[in-house]
Amino acid sequence: MLAGSSLLRIDDLEPGDVEQILHNTDSFVEVLERKVKKVPALRGKTVANIFFEPSTRTKNSFEIAAKRLSADTINFSSSTSSLKKGESITDTINTIIAMKVNLLVIRHGHSGVLNFLSDRIDLPIINAGDGKNQHPTQALLDLYTIRQKFSQVEGLKVGIVGDYLNSRVARSNVDLFQKMGMEVTVVAPSMFLPGDIKVTKARVAGSIDDIIHKVDVLYMLRMQLERQDRKFYPSIREYNRFLSLNSKRMTAMKKNSMVMHPGPVNRGIEISEELMERITTDKQLANKVFIQKQVTHGVAVRMALLYLILS
Amino acid sequence: MREKALILGAQDIERVLKRISHEILERNKGCGNLVFIGIQKRGIPLAARIAENIKNFEQSQIPVGKLDITFYRDDIGKSIKPEVNITDIPFDIKDKDIILVDDVLFTGRTIRAAMDAIIDLGRPRSVQLVVLIDRGHRELPIRADYVGKNIPTSINELIEVRLKETDSIDKVTICDNK
Repeated sequence: MLAGSSLLRIDDLEPGDVEQILHNTDSFVEVLERKVKKVPALRGKTVANIFFEPSTRTKNSFEIAAKRLSADTINFSSSTSSLKKGESITDTINTIIAMKVNLLVIRHGHSGVLNFLSDRIDLPIINAGDGKNQHPTQALLDLYTIRQKFSQVEGLKVGIVGDYLNSRVARSNVDLFQKMGMEVTVVAPSMFLPGDIKVTKARVAGSIDDIIHKVDVLYMLRMQLERQDRKFYPSIREYNRFLSLNSKRMTAMKKNSMVMHPGPVNRGIEISEELMERITTDKQLANKVFIQKQVTHGVAVRMALLYLILS
Repeated sequence: MREKALILGAQDIERVLKRISHEILERNKGCGNLVFIGIQKRGIPLAARIAENIKNFEQSQIPVGKLDITFYRDDIGKSIKPEVNITDIPFDIKDKDIILVDDVLFTGRTIRAAMDAIIDLGRPRSVQLVVLIDRGHRELPIRADYVGKNIPTSINELIEVRLKETDSIDKVTICDNK
């Protein structure tokens, strides 16, 4: 099913596809533990990383995933491209395709641009984040991380906290988590909620304190400061009062629960500065926080996806 | 797929594996430097059974690893679907004599992929190959060191190996691939 196809949104995946990706990810996690962290599975293939928006971890993650499968990579960033000379996005993409690449990984600041492109080109595309819309590989790596801790994910309670309105991570995660049978509560005041939140069937709570003692997974969203052309929240103090994670709140969490964040953390906003410091020194606390594991799993999940689409 | 003939029954398989176990000990003058690596999926129980035989003969436990060679195959997407299994080799293979175990030796491509995978894990002193069945039709210059049974086949025939650990029964049959 995945061979030769694009992944633009979570809806492109059936639960069976998700299972296959996660199953393959197990093997790539093992490859990443080896001395030689490279297999020849995609020798001769070329992956183009096309980022119209700044990115560090996602871009590096895709690049290292492709390289560890022995694929060649080319990197395109809009700031140093002919887009600056007025070339259209379709022409730019077609120029890259003419260089005989096999797969495109694309990030763009506008929602839906990838759907527009996928109708016009005949090559698999993986969405590396489009505007406020979707970030499906982040959702997959998050699901994988959750499944590493709780082998059974169906029925798990997840709280997704913060700037839902501007977050493509939140949208993809709600879609995927619900698809896999998890119960999702979005914690956000009304200014962080889009009108269509009801169609997701996610519950809504106004404060982190309403859910923190009930959830198995607490997913802290990054405040999308760069995507807020107007100020969505009155003050950081207000944010801290209703939506931030700190040491006191963490003690209220269930014993066998976990904290996640897509990174990079805005210290002092989503997670308190003091808690971030304690995580580095307190082993018990660190075992509850999976931010670094998410990054490692990101490489393995992307290896699995590239492998399944291109092999 | 029509079953044409039974090649080995449960007792035959046991006898063959005992004979191979003795051959391995004879050729390597004991088992001090040996490790076993079974190729997913039926090579793994075969490797475990040979290791168990050697434990009974020599009172020496030899480590057994599991190797998945999917990422090293050169025929994925042609006829093979990418079914990935786990590689689990919890010991250092550096300077070891590896006994690589598989159920059927056919074109040799699986073994070539397995050797590539092993070399990526470390540098063994030697690699020796055990197969339960050698059915011929080699496409690469690969030969087994220990063979349970040679079965000359036509290209349209299939060798079906069934083992208790994976299929609840021990038997090897030859079938028509129709």
